Amino acid sequence: MSGYTEGIITLLCINAIAAMGVSLLTGFTGIFSLGHAAYMALGAYTTAILTIQHGIHWFPAILLGGGVAVIVAYLIGIPTLRLMGDYYSIASIGLGEAIRLILENWQSVTRGARGYPGIDPYTTLPVALGFFLVLALCMFNIINSRFGRACKACRDDYIAASILGFNTARIRIYSLAISAFYCGVAGALLGGFLSFIQPVMFDMMKSTELTSVVVFGGLGSLSGTILGTAVITLVTELFRPISQYRMLIYGAVLVVVMVLRPEGIMGNREFIPWIRSLVGRKKS
Amino acid sequence: MSAFFELVHLTKNFGGVQAVSDLSFAMEKGELAGLMGPNGAGKTTVFNLITGVYDPDSGQALFKGEDLGPLKTYQVTAKGVARTFQNLRLFQRSTVVENVMTAAQQHIPYGFVEGLTHLGRWRSGERAIRAKSMELLDRVGLADRANQAAGTLPYGHQRRLEIARALALEPELLLLDEPAAGMNAEEVNSLNALIRNIHQDFGLTILVIEHHMDLIMEICKHIICMNFGAKIAEGTPEDIQAHPEVLKAYLGEEETA
Repeated sequence: MSGYTEGIITLLCINAIAAMGVSLLTGFTGIFSLGHAAYMALGAYTTAILTIQHGIHWFPAILLGGGVAVIVAYLIGIPTLRLMGDYYSIASIGLGEAIRLILENWQSVTRGARGYPGIDPYTTLPVALGFFLVLALCMFNIINSRFGRACKACRDDYIAASILGFNTARIRIYSLAISAFYCGVAGALLGGFLSFIQPVMFDMMKSTELTSVVVFGGLGSLSGTILGTAVITLVTELFRPISQYRMLIYGAVLVVVMVLRPEGIMGNREFIPWIRSLVGRKKS
Repeated sequence: MSAFFELVHLTKNFGGVQAVSDLSFAMEKGELAGLMGPNGAGKTTVFNLITGVYDPDSGQALFKGEDLGPLKTYQVTAKGVARTFQNLRLFQRSTVVENVMTAAQQHIPYGFVEGLTHLGRWRSGERAIRAKSMELLDRVGLADRANQAAGTLPYGHQRRLEIARALALEPELLLLDEPAAGMNAEEVNSLNALIRNIHQDFGLTILVIEHHMDLIMEICKHIICMNFGAKIAEGTPEDIQAHPEVLKAYLGEEETA
């Protein structure tokens, strides 16, 4: 496998981890976020600082990066997610920009807008793939458990959910915390992949990209999210030779899918049960 | 000794409108009571006050001696009160059985980590949740539709599904909000039978809202009649039918020539 192909697959794994996090919050809990790149930034900077300044091994550092993202998400979630409606979505825009600006201006710790160089390139293909497989398995498990059903109940009808005994505010906050962990880990892996991070990498463009990938793949479908990430990552990479024009194709692909399939590639189906039902239908 | 369930001077205003005013009545354990009244009498508001969707302005809703008023909705549910909605609130996109499982899981716990890893009690827990849900669907006659999306069910079936979902919470007090709304005569008859059956078999205390007099007269021995937020009559079906205030509320004032 050439270094280039390896690079694309690694990037794909990283993007998919972040997108799965957003998928839990947006696709399964019904809360739109426009600032999840901030949690990626928190993970990336925490891990970079821990490995370079404090000599901590990259593996625990990545998990700690995810942990910092969880703590920030929890603190943001308590005031904004207790209220029903789009309060978090608006707050997330502010959060995303605030964190990016803090990273740009806190020179002594983050080295400012010029970025943080010299990160140990710990994100090899097996590392990224390993993280992706474990986290994907965990996410599929979460969705097929009590917590997953609770999230979907909050998404579909929060009054019915609370009548069924769910503390909806708490479920929304937990969902955000888990999604922040995924994004934090993805950011940490991205740092190790590029060896260099910069605040501008985690701007609102990145946040909207994460959310649009989830919508593109189908709200409420984890396999759709992974498939959507693959399509978008490959489209932007394959057309790299035509430089800036590739964003045109990225946009065109999004528009075409949303016009032809407004519910996203997969709708709210998952891949394996869907195949099973197709096969089953042929047999009968 | 206080009653099993009791409303004491319950009052709620919306702006200048008294939606519920000074409403008091009591229910014994195991009773099947009816709350009736014309449209807009404040019946659904009473349910919303009991279940914490709204907070009462004054008065209390005492369940086994404990005031439900200050509690949040999910805390009321945890005390053993379940309800259905007049305008159905099913999870439309989920399957029929998933709707019931979402409620049934409250009494079959396993930890988050067990859910995350699908180890430990996950398998047995999920199996028990599904088995309990299927049993309840069988009970309301929807077992053969378990894997259909809830939103695609006919209206009468959706009402039955809401009842199954409420029963999955293992309540002691069940509040049914116009369970017969939009049903034809035949469906109403089988619904009556269903309500009577679950009342007996689960040893439930049930409060039914209806504005159709004939339905409520048939299944309830204890009826409370409301109009403009206040109680106008209480008693047996015979008492209610003969009560002048009730006749006035339903038929209008008699013109004196």
